[in-house]
Amino acid sequence: MNMRDKIKDGLGNKIKVWDERSARRIYFTVEPNDVYKSVEFIFKGLGLRFSTASGIDLPEGFEMLYHFSFDKAGEVYSLRALIKDKKRPEIDSIAPIFRGAEWVEREIWEMLGINFKGHPNLKRLLLAEDWPEGEFPLRRKNES
Amino acid sequence: MSLKIKALTKSIWVFHVSAGSCNNCDIEILDLFTPRFDVERFGIQLIGSVRHADAILITGAMNRKSVPRMKKIYEQAPKPCVVVAVGQCALSRHMFRDSYNVCEPLDKILPVDLYIPGCPPRPEAMIDGIVKLVTKIRKGK
Amino acid sequence: MSHKVIVPIGPYHPMQEEPEFFQLYVEGEKVVDIDIIIGYNHRGIEKLAESKHYDQIAFLVERICGICSSSHPYAYVLAVEDLFGGEANIVPERALYIRTIIDELQRIHSHLLWLGLAGHFIGYNTVWMWAWKYREPVLDMFEMVTGNRNNYAMFKIGGVRRDIKDEDIPELKKMLDNLAPSIKMFYGAINDDPVIKARLKIAGTLTKEQAIDWCVVGPTARASGVNIDIRRDEPYGAFLMNTIDWNVVLEKDGDIFAKTMVRILEMEDSINIINQALNKMPKGEIDANVKDVPPGEGIGRVEAPRGECIHYIKSDGTNRPVRHKIRAPSFMNVASDKVAAVGGTISDATLTLAAVDPCYCCTERVAVINKADNKKIMNGWDLVRLSQEKTNKIKEGWPNGRPE
Repeated sequence: MNMRDKIKDGLGNKIKVWDERSARRIYFTVEPNDVYKSVEFIFKGLGLRFSTASGIDLPEGFEMLYHFSFDKAGEVYSLRALIKDKKRPEIDSIAPIFRGAEWVEREIWEMLGINFKGHPNLKRLLLAEDWPEGEFPLRRKNES
Repeated sequence: MSLKIKALTKSIWVFHVSAGSCNNCDIEILDLFTPRFDVERFGIQLIGSVRHADAILITGAMNRKSVPRMKKIYEQAPKPCVVVAVGQCALSRHMFRDSYNVCEPLDKILPVDLYIPGCPPRPEAMIDGIVKLVTKIRKGK
Repeated sequence: MSHKVIVPIGPYHPMQEEPEFFQLYVEGEKVVDIDIIIGYNHRGIEKLAESKHYDQIAFLVERICGICSSSHPYAYVLAVEDLFGGEANIVPERALYIRTIIDELQRIHSHLLWLGLAGHFIGYNTVWMWAWKYREPVLDMFEMVTGNRNNYAMFKIGGVRRDIKDEDIPELKKMLDNLAPSIKMFYGAINDDPVIKARLKIAGTLTKEQAIDWCVVGPTARASGVNIDIRRDEPYGAFLMNTIDWNVVLEKDGDIFAKTMVRILEMEDSINIINQALNKMPKGEIDANVKDVPPGEGIGRVEAPRGECIHYIKSDGTNRPVRHKIRAPSFMNVASDKVAAVGGTISDATLTLAAVDPCYCCTERVAVINKADNKKIMNGWDLVRLSQEKTNKIKEGWPNGRPE
């Protein structure tokens, strides 16, 4: 059984959209509430390596992308979740599952203002001490 | 030539500050001290404390977090002391001009005595710059 | 517990400036905790990339890091070419080989640089001087091929900007032939020297479980026995053609010695790869003349000298990306210092922090805080001195500098 089927089997109806862009780039969407469980299954259960996560400010909400690398086949699985609440964006932190996500989430919190629930150490990573609170460099302005 | 100027322009001890650079200028500065260029034969030396420095080499695009630290370093340096801006970023902030985390060019913050352009400047250019500056200080000041 | 307060000598270090700030919490000799503060180098490149068009971004990402100034543009062009269905789809074959040659030359220069600095930290300044001496011819080759010693500006979407001229190829081969014995010499010298072994073995160990947990990449992971290398897992450049014969270097101990060995063996491999690529490089076009970038999402991955470098591009069909996410390998590796350094002694801490090869040598501007009174007692300069003293002590303890 290849990795695609394993993920499809394991996550079942949590997957809302399954999109294979090319042989090595697979994107799939889950609900923000399912992110923690899905990541736990992919990382602990299937042993994929966490590459990085990125957040994007879109008109319809904040999109979180978690990129996992399956090194045996050189495939990248990107788990997508859309946070619809633009005023107070929140999502479960995945740092309790593995430590490598800690800095990645700190960076996203700092740049986009997405609050990670359950993060062990959510504080500034890159910006200066006197950077104004509530200003997030990667958020888009002039959009309502 | 006063004693101070004489002391300043002989065996220059340099202190190196990176204010948000990409590391290229910093490596080229370090390269000056390795066998091919070997500026230590002129008595030029990198030192650990700015309190002994004759010259401060500044690289990088003036990052918000490092500028206060850079000012503090300059205050601690013994005067007279020359400030050298190394690389395009220190001169004009280069392509980071519009960034939210880069505020002012270096010469608005500190008095700069020597500009060495390049991305990164070649080690030969840095040696040449220092030589020109030393000649100028000896003649002028 | 009694604690000595050592006089501080100013917060900066002469070797190399760095953007990271470590606070080591120590009890006596032992490091009990470590706090890593970065951001002295943050220039907002991801945001700047959104305001530049696709051709300009290659130059922008080149300036993320001066040591891996071909990995970032490479990962970026791969991410954009992913929108076209992959590198193999559009890039001419000759350009693929040129890309790999530049990338592997960069790996040699980066690993030599690290080796020199590591030598300095344990008090072997000869290693520093020699490693940097052998690095100079590599930079000369860069200057010959690309026109600049450090920022190469070779990568563009759909190809490369400059060709490797036929008359340059013998020069490149000559340089590689001269370099190979020096790397063999380093390998022999480090394997033979009992003092280096005593310093590097079992210091700063990262076990395989920890390596997976912290998601480390590159030589740091391979030294701990995690078998990943993007060049093999998701081939790019000349590796796509399956004409190049090479191996992934793997060690299992996870200590600094293993990390050093991985890097030295990788340099030998790189020389091999470049030689093969120069022989097999076909004639032909070097650029596909790409005009418009289609909408969509692309991911590009490259094995940089420090590990997997990943770029993500979201395009909406205009000439600027909507989002450009960059994750440099050091971002994952530096965080793992938290486990590698804790539990060791202060004199090993400098080396452990440097062993992951952070894009900047991170040991400077380290402040040591004594847990008992929370006072800063040491800085990076002291730490390097401490580390060098330890090496000397080991040497003095042995007659003729050899263990009995």
